[in-house]
Amino acid sequence: MLSSNKDQQVAPGVFVSPEHPSMFLGRRLFLRYAGFTVAASGLLMACSSTETVQVTPTIVDLGSGDTGILNYAYALEQLEAAFYTMVIATPYANMSADEKTILTEIRDHEIIHREFFKAALGSAAIIGLTPNFTAINFSDRASVLGAAKTFEDLGVGAYNGAGKLIKSADYLTLAGKIVSVEARHAAIIRDLLAPRTAAFAGDDVIDATGLDKAYTPTQVLPLAQPFVTNKISGANLPQ
Amino acid sequence: MNLFNIFSDIEKLDGDVAERVEYYTRRNLFKLSRKATAAVATPAILAASLNDAYAQASTVADVLNFALTLEYLEDEFYRTGLATSGLVVAGDQAIIAQISKHEAAHVALLKGALGTAAIAKPTFRFGNAFSTYQVFLATAQTFEDVGVRAYKGQASALLGQAVLTRALQIHSVEARHAAIVRRLRGLKSWISDPAEMPAAAYAGEDNTTQAGVVLTGLPNVTGIDAARSREAFDEILTKQAVLAIAGAYL
Repeated sequence: MLSSNKDQQVAPGVFVSPEHPSMFLGRRLFLRYAGFTVAASGLLMACSSTETVQVTPTIVDLGSGDTGILNYAYALEQLEAAFYTMVIATPYANMSADEKTILTEIRDHEIIHREFFKAALGSAAIIGLTPNFTAINFSDRASVLGAAKTFEDLGVGAYNGAGKLIKSADYLTLAGKIVSVEARHAAIIRDLLAPRTAAFAGDDVIDATGLDKAYTPTQVLPLAQPFVTNKISGANLPQ
Repeated sequence: MNLFNIFSDIEKLDGDVAERVEYYTRRNLFKLSRKATAAVATPAILAASLNDAYAQASTVADVLNFALTLEYLEDEFYRTGLATSGLVVAGDQAIIAQISKHEAAHVALLKGALGTAAIAKPTFRFGNAFSTYQVFLATAQTFEDVGVRAYKGQASALLGQAVLTRALQIHSVEARHAAIVRRLRGLKSWISDPAEMPAAAYAGEDNTTQAGVVLTGLPNVTGIDAARSREAFDEILTKQAVLAIAGAYL
């Protein structure tokens, strides 16, 4: 659902529908319904815990123009930073020293990317998103590295596809400075999964003409959405 | 040559051309020159617009030929390396072959995009690059890291051009190559040490300020080593800087 005219903007990029005002619900239930597609009334009726968190059924609108693209990148970097923070906070069994170093450094790169976009966007920045990593088993190496591969390849494709939507030469260069680091991440994660093979730039991601993926926001957002509790709208992004 | 196509091409690059021609012919022509007539002046204005159009088109061709030069270099380098008996260790064959395959594809892609404007492959001098596997890998790393920086440096010149996306799609492949070659050498996959050699290939990689934002001073990065801020952003190299590096092999 996109923000309608009736919605009120309560913070930059954050819209609240008058039909679904702020509400309280149980923390456990909140976590269970982290996908956040259930009607508000149903959640309120089901609420039984005294431990509460405030939740607002908002749509995070990435915005338009170059600002929208920067927020799009900021959203993806938030997702990646949260993921690797979790990976290092709850390392899978038998994480080698080499892997721990690599994953920690990638975490730090993603945190720097996230904080950079937040600072660069200033008051135009979207809110901090709430991740939903229920699909990932953080105690399992294959699950973690598989998710990392997905995020990195998706990130590379997202930046590659966003380039043509950017109007400012400076922002285009900036995106270029980040995407190659994401591609370095993707390559090494793939090498951890299939050491010393062609997988670092495998035929599954690089086509026969030697090109990496390039995805439009319309392609990327539905793939990223399951990992974010907030509903993200890219409806106003340049096409 | 179809004049209507040319005019349409100019309009794509210079949407104001029709207005400008009309402006000069109808109103200002006699101010510019008493002898000038519309019939004479119009081609002159058109010629100026044509030059603008070709200047932009040739910028794109220049960028693509610059990229093609680097791809020719990499393609020949890996093909020669793989053909040199005993050079690439068995365990790394799959990786080097995959990189080589991509470079060959990039050459074909760029030649296809340039058509008759494509430059011919230069003659390269690789010196002792194939003397040992370690020298080969070190040379490969230079080519890949410089290649990444070179494409990145040209992105803004392709702003608004249809070919931009393809250039970016090549750029990230080169970054994947750089990451794995660095790993084969036992280095971090990201550019971390600004004192890496050759110095010209890594000049400027110590930058920790992006778009006026001092990365090391950001919230939530307290305790994160400054090296991570250097690594998190790859820097550009200008065409001149790249050609100065590549010149050693030409």
